[in-house]
Amino acid sequence: MKVYIPGALHSYTREASSVDAAGASVGELLDDLDRRYPGIRFRIINEQDEIRRHIRIFVNSDQVAGLSAPLHREDEIMIVCALSGG
Amino acid sequence: MPKSRASGTRKRRTAGTRRAGPSLLVGTRKGAFILRGDAGRRAWRLSGPHLLGNIVHHFVADGRDGRTMLIAARTGHLGPTVYRSTDGCKTLVEARRPPAFPKAPDGELKREVDHVFWLTPGHASEPGVWYAGTSPQGLFRSEDGGLTWDGVCGFNDHPSWMEWTGGPQNGTPDGPKMHSILIDPRDARHMYIGMSSGGVFETRDQGRSWRPLNQGCRADFLPDPYPEYGHDPHCVRLHPLHPDRLYQQNHCGIYRMERAEGRWVRIGEAMPKKVGDIGFPLVLHPRDPDTLWVFPMDGTTVWPRVSPDGRPAAYVTRNAGKSWQRLDRGLPRKQAWWTVKRQAMCADTQDPVGIYLGTTSGEVWGSVDEGKRFTCLARHLPEIYALESAET
Repeated sequence: MKVYIPGALHSYTREASSVDAAGASVGELLDDLDRRYPGIRFRIINEQDEIRRHIRIFVNSDQVAGLSAPLHREDEIMIVCALSGG
Repeated sequence: MPKSRASGTRKRRTAGTRRAGPSLLVGTRKGAFILRGDAGRRAWRLSGPHLLGNIVHHFVADGRDGRTMLIAARTGHLGPTVYRSTDGCKTLVEARRPPAFPKAPDGELKREVDHVFWLTPGHASEPGVWYAGTSPQGLFRSEDGGLTWDGVCGFNDHPSWMEWTGGPQNGTPDGPKMHSILIDPRDARHMYIGMSSGGVFETRDQGRSWRPLNQGCRADFLPDPYPEYGHDPHCVRLHPLHPDRLYQQNHCGIYRMERAEGRWVRIGEAMPKKVGDIGFPLVLHPRDPDTLWVFPMDGTTVWPRVSPDGRPAAYVTRNAGKSWQRLDRGLPRKQAWWTVKRQAMCADTQDPVGIYLGTTSGEVWGSVDEGKRFTCLARHLPEIYALESAET
């Protein structure tokens, strides 16, 4: 599956804005992403397995609420840093 | 051949280079910087930013090996982490396992490290050991120079954790903090921590058991102004040459404790009443346990947390708090509404001692004569969160 990576995380993906990863759920996909790009998961997901406050994850065009959201082979995943800060 | 090359190099260095002065490690809301002084501490050269865009809460050098530096960082969006460098920040390696609380079982409090607030190198007998304090209050230990971190269970999982800390909602406007992780230079097992809020706690078995150490210290924001815990120490210091003496700049004044007595004595009462004894940092003289500096902030009304009357000044005592002397030569005389955070003031180890402070308006000021005269060393930096000295 294709995963779009926000600019703030390009340092983990060797500056790639999209990468491949696999999994039957968002949680599995992020585990696979972390195997390929160590450290990236903890910047997105906290120690309670919750999506961090200023991060959004979309599967195709739908925002998901948690790691259990199912994935299908043809899905595209977009990780987004929410608009905030100053 | 290798021997002669090395010999030649040494000769050239001796002839061609000056001894370096101290470095100041600057943590800001938008990255880390290093301000390097020359041997006379007259000229300062700024390098960085490192980790541009990261909020750097603490940037600390390891005096034990003279080369390791750790940076506590997060961004506005991403989770908190720690970076390590052994080459003056030319390369930065992220922790493989940053400080994090354990995953909570269903129905229990789900604690999340919002940011790493404080970093302290471990005892001299334990090279590679570091401690980190987090927001909310958690104590973490690394045994590999900051690459992997584990919680100190004796504190983080203590049945009284919620009672001691007040929970994740109870603390400073920027979140509750664990700070001032102090290690007795005589005994690696003997440590102190400060918590805002929570108070000062002590362990004598390297974190397995803890007890509050707040007797005599006010907490006038609570119904009982002298509770066992729940205080707000802003900065706690232990003198390396006199480890049985502690000082703290607290939300409710400046205090000293002789550990054998076990009771805090308010030494800020001797400060001028118009200035008060509220502030955040407290800096010790590296060789004289009776000498320390503070930088008062306005703690009246709604707590503006700026220099009283818009006239910044450090205050020094040379008799362990019996009397204080104002130090403002070189600093702006009026309309300077500075805030200096608790990690943003430090001393070097030279003679006379250099005193340095960083403001939230992005200026670094320093004095190379123990505060008699200050000059501005750098300006136009982002909001300064932390300033630590390192001898190079």
